[in-house]
Amino acid sequence: MNTNPLRRLDKAMTEPLALMRVCALADIPVQGARRVLTPVGEIAVFRTLADQVFALKNQCPHKKGPLSEGIVHGNKVTCPLHNWVISLETGEAQGADHGCTGTIPVQVSPDGQVSLALPAKAKVSA
Amino acid sequence: MAHSDKPRLIIVGNGMAGMRTLEELLKRAPDMYDITVFGQEPRLNYNRIMLSPILAGEKSYADIILNDWDWYEANNIRLHAGDPIVGIDLKARIVTSAAGRRLVYDKLLFATGSEPIIIPVPGHRLKGVITFRDMKDVETMIDASKRHQRAVVIGGGLLGLEAAYGLSTLGMQVTVLHLAPHLMERQLDSAAGTLLKHELERRGLEIITGADTAEIVGTGQVEAVRLKDGRSVDADLVVMAVGIKPNVWLARSHGLATGRGIQVDDHMVTSNPNVLAIGECVEHRGLCYGLVAPIWDMAKVAADHLAGQDNSGYVGSTTSTKLKVTGVDLFSAGDFSGGDGTEDIVFRDAARGIYKRLVLRENRLIGAVLYGDTGDGPWYFQMIKDGTDVADVRATMIFGQGFEEGALTDPFKAVADLPADAEICGCNGVCKGDIVAAINDKGLTSLADVRAHTKASSSCGSCTGLVEKLIGHTLGAEFVADTGPKPLCGCTHLNHGEVRRLIIARELKDIPSTFQALEWTTPDGCHTCRPAVNYYLLCAWPGDYVDDARSRFINERVHANIQKDGTYSVVPRMWGGVTSAQELRAIADVVDKFGIPTVKVTGGQRIDLLGVKKDDLTAVWADLGAAGMVSGHAYGKSLRTVKTCVGTDWCRFGTQDSTGLGVTLERATWGSWMPHKFKMAVSGCPRNCAEATIKDFGIVCVDSGYELHIGGNGGIHVRATDFLCKVETEAEAIEYCMAFIQLYREEAWYLERTAPWIERVGLDYVQHRLMDSEERRLALRDRFLLSQKDSQSDPWAERAHGKDAHEYQPLETIG
Ligand code: SRM
Ligand SMILES: Cc1cc2nc3c(=O)[nH]c(=O)nc-3n(C[C@H](O)[C@H](O)[C@H](O)COP(=O)(O)OP(=O)(O)OC[C@H]3O[C@@H](n4cnc5c(N)ncnc54)[C@H](O)[C@@H]3O)c2cc1C
Ligand code: SF4
Ligand code: FES
Repeated sequence: MNTNPLRRLDKAMTEPLALMRVCALADIPVQGARRVLTPVGEIAVFRTLADQVFALKNQCPHKKGPLSEGIVHGNKVTCPLHNWVISLETGEAQGADHGCTGTIPVQVSPDGQVSLALPAKAKVSA
Repeated sequence: MAHSDKPRLIIVGNGMAGMRTLEELLKRAPDMYDITVFGQEPRLNYNRIMLSPILAGEKSYADIILNDWDWYEANNIRLHAGDPIVGIDLKARIVTSAAGRRLVYDKLLFATGSEPIIIPVPGHRLKGVITFRDMKDVETMIDASKRHQRAVVIGGGLLGLEAAYGLSTLGMQVTVLHLAPHLMERQLDSAAGTLLKHELERRGLEIITGADTAEIVGTGQVEAVRLKDGRSVDADLVVMAVGIKPNVWLARSHGLATGRGIQVDDHMVTSNPNVLAIGECVEHRGLCYGLVAPIWDMAKVAADHLAGQDNSGYVGSTTSTKLKVTGVDLFSAGDFSGGDGTEDIVFRDAARGIYKRLVLRENRLIGAVLYGDTGDGPWYFQMIKDGTDVADVRATMIFGQGFEEGALTDPFKAVADLPADAEICGCNGVCKGDIVAAINDKGLTSLADVRAHTKASSSCGSCTGLVEKLIGHTLGAEFVADTGPKPLCGCTHLNHGEVRRLIIARELKDIPSTFQALEWTTPDGCHTCRPAVNYYLLCAWPGDYVDDARSRFINERVHANIQKDGTYSVVPRMWGGVTSAQELRAIADVVDKFGIPTVKVTGGQRIDLLGVKKDDLTAVWADLGAAGMVSGHAYGKSLRTVKTCVGTDWCRFGTQDSTGLGVTLERATWGSWMPHKFKMAVSGCPRNCAEATIKDFGIVCVDSGYELHIGGNGGIHVRATDFLCKVETEAEAIEYCMAFIQLYREEAWYLERTAPWIERVGLDYVQHRLMDSEERRLALRDRFLLSQKDSQSDPWAERAHGKDAHEYQPLETIG
């Protein structure tokens, strides 16, 4: 199980949060990511080599590149557009670059179900 | 330019010594003189000792320029390059140049260097007999190597061997004729000389010692060299490298005191108080020098004198020698002739090819010869210069400083213990203290910085290891070594070449075991190394290796080019740039059906559909596939386009079926993964409408066949192709094309296009690999065909049928 430090996705998320199941761990490729479309924007859910799961707003702090399409290495992802390296844990750009994207709390249950903490009124589509 | 009232300084010789003195002078008194330089060579001031690496193809002329035009201009120095001084009037203080310039000086500095000695045997004036002294000689040798086979180098000293090594890397068959019984007898004892001989013979040089030249034979052009014992060696080129003599004729004929060189006192002043001399042209305390290290010391003294500063004077130099033949480690310093009252300490390790000999007199080290392991050279050299009493360390000193200090575990121990005035870089005369001060004062952190600021390690490079240790020692953990080819990325200390080699040598067959075996410092690499290693494995183990999609850049993973807004572009293949109504109709339908915003003709003779949504990609491909179209790999480090012109089918100038050949080539090579993208073109005649001469592989058809061109690039740095060879048939053209691609696939570094690759390894090398042996060329072609077996299934069709579906669909929609 893995819980990220809670950082609000953006201003829309001042409302109460609720955990929502989005997939099984197996649905996300190791060293890869999947996209989740939500009312607060696209979210990228990453799975690392060590089977840790993280979720970030799917927008690079540089020029909004889709982070879900980047190469995942360690607890980091490299943005596909201009190679910024973003920490999956904090959403922050690494090295000489500056910027931060929102992180979303994630839970992985012991039986491998992945849930995101999202505004309570959002609903998982059928 | 208005003439100032500053004193006028004129320098005769735009070489290493003259310009070094100027640099030192400008440091001390930047505006003191009105300065004019005359140089016989029509060039900027360059690093002469780097001529050997240029000849060996390891450097280019641009790499060795010491002071460029900007430097002369910025310092208000007038340079007359290509205009030698021919006359001096010491009384009137006037020099005259060959072009007729007459200038008055207040101070004159002679820095005319040396001249190569030419032994006046019969035939020494024949065409093809040259020396090895300046850039012109190197150009002659490179040129000769393109037209001729056989070279003879007379003289097996430092220069001769560097020339011989260079010529043999240029592909010539080289024989070295050496008069003494062993090579480099002035620097090596016979044991080391013999080891060196064997090593050079192993590398393909023929070496004849005890060879006394009687005559150079030929009519007009040299044909052979005949020895006094009657033997004869065929030659198209003869390089005389039998020694140098100070260039003194100008000084001597105009009344300056000369011996072997221009005589100077300890302040580099000649017999005339207004005239100084420096460098190889001088004789100081009866000695002449032929290496740069003494010049650095002389330059400081001369600059002090010109700037009116006090200086205790030049006292002479002890010199050490290294041979600049890549892979041969050899060091010698001091006197090792042995003899009365001297003792030897010798160490040999045959298995590792190491030989060391130290010569002592009265407990002081007076000479050292090291072969195979020269790391302790500077330590010994310092002891020789200092006259250190070695009684305490005598028993173990042969094993080196590390052993001595019990410091094998601390790599920096050796440099830590050197005194501040220990010389680190012999080529540029830089001491430990200079480097440490520069690191601390200027906040330098890398080898490149230190090179830029101190010049240490910027010439022959043999002190690079030491400089790095010194940086490491001064900075502690902050330092990352950046010698030679850089490490592939921050996850490893290995460079591309080493990783490629080790993958094969250790039979590493997947990414995790590669990272494990090669001691990667990160668990799963990074975005730089993973795609590179994935490619290297794919290339090394065709058929066996399973491509790792997670190590591919997005474009190659989803087989489309990502755009700035996160949509994609789709470029179907249009074989040889030829299309049809049916294909165009299918494209038009797809555009309408999926509301694709932009349709554009590309620079590569095909059509780009831009702005396709990710979720639509597979459906777009399904429709294109139904009309017979496949992926154009516009996104891949792989074969891109084969541009063609209309050729014999339609064109009134066409000589061959350029369109047909282009289509054949594209069908044969598409799908292949490569280090970088790869583009081809076939033009039907030399008008070259398909721009074949800026492609990675280009063909220009002519009446009698096909001219093959390689290594062109139309991108960031435009580079026209090199001509590879001409063949008569299409079949041969295809064979060469495949062999070339495979050589590139197997040997270039990831993300290295063919143009920089060829610049790095040399055209000759590539030609040699492709043309010297038909058998090896066919073997390359066959390996290419083998690798193609698994790569020619259309990735779009596979994905339209469901492969990697998760890549294209969102996981979940919430809300
Ligand atoms: C589409 C096209 C421009 C056009 O509208 O005509 C194009 C578009 C791109 N080029 Fe190009 N290049 C296109 C022909 C060329 C050509 C002309 C040619 O091939 O004859 C060149 C110069 C020739 C050469 O490569 O030697 C060219 C030299 C480059 C370079 C510089 C390469 C270099 O070695 O210096 C890059 C950058 C790179 O590869 O790193 C580049 C990169 C790109 C990228 C991939 C940039 C990127 O990463 O987004 C562009 C994406 C295309 C897309 O999304 O579809 N493109 N590019 C052309 C596609 C040709 C095709 O049919 O596949
Ligand atoms: C191939 C090669 C490899 C070498 N390798 C090493 C090495 O590894 N280590 C090392 O320490 N040393 C090496 N040397 C020696 C080193 O290059 C010389 O010691 C150094 O260049 C001498 O400097 P200099 O200024 O005295 O002479 P040069 O560099 O020869 O400069 C003299 C200049 O004066 C010009 N000149 C001559 N007469 C006139 C005139 N009348 N008017 C105007 N200009 C004139 C000449 O054309 C020349 O350009 C090597 C030399 C060669 C040729
Ligand atoms: S290259 Fe030659 S054959 Fe091709 S179109 Fe031009 S002129 Fe015609
Ligand atoms: S948008 Fe991510 S690096 Fe530029």
